[in-house]
Amino acid sequence: MFTLAIRRDDWSLHRKGAIDQARHMEKVKEAIKRNLADIVSEQSIITSDGKRLVRVPIRVLEEYRFRFDPEAGRQVGQGSGGTNVGDVIGRVGSGRGPGVGPQAGDEPGIDYYEAELTVDELGELIFEDLELPNLEEKRLRELESEAVRFTDIRKHGPFANLDKRRTLRENLRRNAWRGRARIGDFSNEDLRFKTWERDIKRESNAVVIAMMDVSGSMGTFEKYISRAFYYWMVRFLRTKYDRVEIRFIAHHAEAKEVTEEEFFTRGESGGTRASTAYELALQLIREYYPPDAWNIYPFHFSDGDNWPSDNERCRELAEELLRCVNLFGYGEIRQGRYTYHSTLMHTLQRIGSPKLVTVTISEKADVYQALRRFFGPEVGREVARA
Amino acid sequence: MREGMPNAIAELERRIGEIWEVGERLGLRPLPVHFEVVPATVMYEIGAYGLPGRFSHWTHGKAYQVQKTLYDYGLSKIYELVINSDPCYAFLLETNTLLQNTLVAAHVMAHADFFANNAYFAETRRDMVDIASLHAERIEKYEFTHGKEEVERLLDAVLSIQEHVDPAASETSTRRGPEQRRRSSTPYDDLWRLEERGRRDESGGEERRPATTPAEPIRDLLLFIHDHSPILEDWERDVVAIVRTEMLYFLPQIKTKVLNEGWATLWHARIMRSLDLPPEELVEFARLHASVLQPAGRRLNPYALGYELLCDIERRYGTEHLFLVREVESDVSLVRNYLTEELVERLDLYLYERRGDELVVVDKDWEAVRDRLANELGGNHIPVIVVEDGDYRGNRELYLRHIWDGRKLDLPWAEKTLENVYRLWGRRVWLETRSDDGTDPLILSYHPREGHRQQR
Repeated sequence: MFTLAIRRDDWSLHRKGAIDQARHMEKVKEAIKRNLADIVSEQSIITSDGKRLVRVPIRVLEEYRFRFDPEAGRQVGQGSGGTNVGDVIGRVGSGRGPGVGPQAGDEPGIDYYEAELTVDELGELIFEDLELPNLEEKRLRELESEAVRFTDIRKHGPFANLDKRRTLRENLRRNAWRGRARIGDFSNEDLRFKTWERDIKRESNAVVIAMMDVSGSMGTFEKYISRAFYYWMVRFLRTKYDRVEIRFIAHHAEAKEVTEEEFFTRGESGGTRASTAYELALQLIREYYPPDAWNIYPFHFSDGDNWPSDNERCRELAEELLRCVNLFGYGEIRQGRYTYHSTLMHTLQRIGSPKLVTVTISEKADVYQALRRFFGPEVGREVARA
Repeated sequence: MREGMPNAIAELERRIGEIWEVGERLGLRPLPVHFEVVPATVMYEIGAYGLPGRFSHWTHGKAYQVQKTLYDYGLSKIYELVINSDPCYAFLLETNTLLQNTLVAAHVMAHADFFANNAYFAETRRDMVDIASLHAERIEKYEFTHGKEEVERLLDAVLSIQEHVDPAASETSTRRGPEQRRRSSTPYDDLWRLEERGRRDESGGEERRPATTPAEPIRDLLLFIHDHSPILEDWERDVVAIVRTEMLYFLPQIKTKVLNEGWATLWHARIMRSLDLPPEELVEFARLHASVLQPAGRRLNPYALGYELLCDIERRYGTEHLFLVREVESDVSLVRNYLTEELVERLDLYLYERRGDELVVVDKDWEAVRDRLANELGGNHIPVIVVEDGDYRGNRELYLRHIWDGRKLDLPWAEKTLENVYRLWGRRVWLETRSDDGTDPLILSYHPREGHRQQR
């Protein structure tokens, strides 16, 4: 016995699969968030143009159960005829291209899931609770983050903003009042329209002065780290604030202002005098950014290999900077054997100002920590308390 | 089937009628079947959930996403899906060609016959689709009362041990007081019982959920937890019971995957050949049937294995015997009783293992292949875990034992799973297995305060 039926329309409301799929994706995002430190310094992301999708490798959300060791023992396979003992039938981790460092596919029994995200989606996860610390209200232009909010209902308005649900309700109510329980006979008095407000938050002007050491002592790793940091910092500022100015200063034995593109791409050589960068920063502030109108955030990344004779000058200039800025961030990249702090770091730390935040980075994963150290929610509170 | 839909449906209906006629003449006795033509998304959803209308959980969403992605990229396609119920529900993909759906209908008829006649399905609930919907409603209600997160965390834990159910264990078998631990073996046991009667009266207050040690180790973790967990609330016990009921329903399908698919493949081929199909459709059928039997990389193809086994059985013992096999065997017994040296050779089965980065064929001996196969099929890929004690150290701790059969447990996974068991038991949980070479006992335990421990 059998029956045959064709369902065609009934399924459109059937969304359980999609809903549970969304919940799964949510869990994947949570997993990404737990691994942000590793993902932030992922080379493929930093070097991407920021528009394409990036692939983020994360562990599959395992459904743990009691199971046998998948790597122990032999397994039954099936060939298409004539397989002999000793034949190689496959490779572990095949299907993945070659890459640097320990590879996912090499590890037995571990499935990787590659989540595809846009850089913006990833940024959203990273920037979620970051902010420019210690922002003060200053005169002149506003930093505005504009949003349109529908806040009110009116009887007149453009039809594009017709609030259908309320209109129906009004119609129903009017009909009911006349003793007819139905929808129909619409008249103008039933119509309801949504109206909106522009929501402008007034914030103060801010400028970030990004300084980077490009001297010969900055190796590939050091350059990579400072670029990774500034890459995310710039993205962060552009996403969160509509108007933040960013000036780029590259320095070795002398400093010069460069374009954003030059800043991220060019390499230099020579010795290091950090004071030149600080001097240029002060000059920029004097010329363009009077502290009573601007929130100023200088950041400096270096390996700390500064000319010893220059350190004293650095201290003086840094103190001068600290008097007019909201926060001064110094990041020092020390890899492997150079784990002790440099003399430049010591010099700056001796100043002992709460507005000076220092960070030491010794591995890729520290970039995320540095971002949180400079822009995290605790920073502002600490500075404000001091 | 899209173009000229009404005609195609009418033609399909006519063909299914013919299929039923042929099938019944050949000896199939299927459950009644209700066919529905559905779009791909619905097909994937039901495929991912196992049953239409089943409860919501992200693991189902994950399965759905995998299936849908495979489909979207054209990598794989579910052709048929049939639910074991009375009537059976069979789903046909609306994008399938008429010939594809004809073949699927023949395949489905044989599945429906298998559900109706195989011994392992004798006890399955044929109203499971309704039951699953009621379950889903209850779980939704719990989500409303106790919060989605809370229910999800509970389900995470329960689903992680869902494979450990036992159809032989009945709801009452674990509800035993400690006094019944002693086994009856002498004619004078009734005297002991007299003595115990007095004792039971004194400790009557503990009757409700006694701290128990099962008389015999129990394979049904979900049932034991349901009956005896010191911490679960009533609604949580209900969720455990829901998962257990659904798993018991799926269990026969896990046990007979190869046999069932082989049976359906054998009969779809036979029925299709007796239909009066136009030549171009015969070619399409031949191609489709060959693709069903194709080896998939190094992975074992259950359709091919089952099909070849059954064809061989018919050759050797006749068609009548074939129907006996359909009635009494499961995958494990099928392989143990009927896999021969010639078949292993013909199907090109082998054992392989990992050497360095390479997967190398290490053995082609047919008995070795057969024994290993019997260990992978029919649910034997699930380690046997039993409850030994629900009152371990007199402290209501849960003592589990892995019944060693020479195969090592995945210890990191076992530890993670123990955390889930703890969520359900609320006291320290133990798991006894063996170390790598199988000689020494290895005891894992978990409690959130002290973390994971291993002792030898």
